[in-house]
Amino acid sequence: MKALDRLLPLIQNETLKIWKKKRFFVIVLVLMIIIPIFTYAQHRIDETNKKNFKDWRNELVQQISEYQNTLSSDRIPEEWKRSRRIAVQQLQYYLDHDVNPNSPDGVTFTRSFLSNAVTLFFPLLVLALASDLVSGERTSGTIKMLLTRPVRRWKILFSKLVALSFYVSLTVVVSAVLCYLISGAVFGYNGWGMPVFTGFVIHGSSVESGFAHAIPQGLYLLMEAGLIWVSAMTVALLALMVSVLVRSTAASIVAMMAAVISGTILSNMASSWQSAKFIFSVNLQLTNYLAGSPPITGMTLGFSLVILACWGITSLIVSFFVFTKQDILN
Amino acid sequence: MQYASQEARQSAQQDVVLSVSSVKKQIGGKPIIKDVSFEVRSGEIFGFLGPNGAGKTTTIRMLVNLIKPTSGEILICGEDIGRHPEAALRHVGCIVENPEAYSYLTGWENLEHFARMLRGIDNARIREVAAIVGLDSRIHDKVKTYSLGMRQRLGIAQALLGRPKLLILDEPTNGLDPKGIKELREFVRMLASQGMSLFISSHLLSEIQLMCDRVAIISRGEVLAVGTVDELIHGADNYVVWQFEQPEAGRRLLAGDGDVELVPEHEHQIDESLLGMREAVITAMNPDRISSLVEKAVRAGIGIVSVHCVAPTLEQLFLRMTEGESIG
Repeated sequence: MKALDRLLPLIQNETLKIWKKKRFFVIVLVLMIIIPIFTYAQHRIDETNKKNFKDWRNELVQQISEYQNTLSSDRIPEEWKRSRRIAVQQLQYYLDHDVNPNSPDGVTFTRSFLSNAVTLFFPLLVLALASDLVSGERTSGTIKMLLTRPVRRWKILFSKLVALSFYVSLTVVVSAVLCYLISGAVFGYNGWGMPVFTGFVIHGSSVESGFAHAIPQGLYLLMEAGLIWVSAMTVALLALMVSVLVRSTAASIVAMMAAVISGTILSNMASSWQSAKFIFSVNLQLTNYLAGSPPITGMTLGFSLVILACWGITSLIVSFFVFTKQDILN
Repeated sequence: MQYASQEARQSAQQDVVLSVSSVKKQIGGKPIIKDVSFEVRSGEIFGFLGPNGAGKTTTIRMLVNLIKPTSGEILICGEDIGRHPEAALRHVGCIVENPEAYSYLTGWENLEHFARMLRGIDNARIREVAAIVGLDSRIHDKVKTYSLGMRQRLGIAQALLGRPKLLILDEPTNGLDPKGIKELREFVRMLASQGMSLFISSHLLSEIQLMCDRVAIISRGEVLAVGTVDELIHGADNYVVWQFEQPEAGRRLLAGDGDVELVPEHEHQIDESLLGMREAVITAMNPDRISSLVEKAVRAGIGIVSVHCVAPTLEQLFLRMTEGESIG
């Protein structure tokens, strides 16, 4: 308890600094601009669909046949085909159970927005928070003031870590809430109880729907947010490490962005390079496991969680080791 | 007798606020600090004098645990900075190089921030230090609107927050105007009179002379000498600079006097700004002889524009200490 009493003021300091730097305002502002754009885009898609299909079932049927056409083409790479095959089986399942997977409502929009945002958009927001956490103090020279106070260095980094975790969590929650509120104004605020299927188990190229079960969409959204939090925290821990190691904030953002983007590209090429599944950024799209499509064959949710945990813990160890030992020369 | 002297030595040791013994530092295989030892006693103003690049800032960074020495020991109020940084740094306030502050916070928020890193500092103390440095009127403005002088004050306020026994200032007069420098000197003396020890680094001998009681002189990572300012500076050549209405006649008059030694142009290393526009005759001589020489000049009909004594520069002091070896 006594140790906590000493840590709380430090955590307050770090939280206050991120707040006063207006980083979180920037994130909220970005969300306030992006979400309405996507809401409008979704609205246009819905209108087109309504014109083309009187019934959503027709739409599903057409989508299935489209996918099946691509499956017969020779020019499509194998892992695309595999994911298409899985998608076809899921769509068939929705069709058989009379569930409209794309019913336009606030919760459905939020669900798909969050799952699309997990590989690039959330990492970007996290980098806005984490990248200058330590390197910024070096650039401004305030690190000298910070480290010459009678406080152990690990406590300072720990308080930065706590403040960062707090803002990352807040970002995930605020994104979901803003998304629901803004899209709900157009699509309506319902959809919490709509059944969504999850628990698909993939064996090779076939989806085993034996474990698939319907859960209320609200619960699905909650699970999704949890997984997004895990992947966002991994990015945050890595960004914190880079921020400790690299003096310049710009360099640390570029390094992290490169890692994240190359991960998404690599997951499309992974049929020939299986070891790519050990790269953290290939594992960021955890939400896909809920919907039943792994980025690389043979990957499971458990596998991805373990890989992300390894990356996170390693970067924590490196951060704390370097931060407590390093000489501050400038 | 022996007992008493032992007691005296003990109390002298207790009075040592900062003790640095044979500290060395290598960076990338290169010895940056070769051997630095000195002691700072309580209530004294200790100067740390050396040219740029001599290792002053590196040494200061080791004093406040920003850099870990390769070997040697640093004790602050008896606490080892390497082993118990929390205990040792409790007694220290410092400004390393420039006074830094979070520019997106107000002065007050900056002080609050650093107060939270100390124990038992309340708002009354923050108000007190803001008033001590004379920043109370602008304390609630954002730091990005502050001038360099105000940032300096904020830095000092921050350093004073925890009522330190030792205040470390790295080149504190850098960037200050003459009025600011004068205020700073008075401020430093005021703090020392309250029992605080001050450690002030500078590359300007004149500044150390005006401010400090004792001084350590460092060059190329080694302490050349530690002593009182008078001890070290006494005996260094004082120059007397003459400016005449008729420079040639004046020069001849001075050259004719056996006690006066004319210093050639390339040897004196006096800052040109001190010499002014008029041609000057620089001499090494006993200042007591000035009035009689002035009389002589007046009798000879040579008009005198000015006569003044110039204190030796750091450069000269080094030349004397290292016996001609130039400083780098």
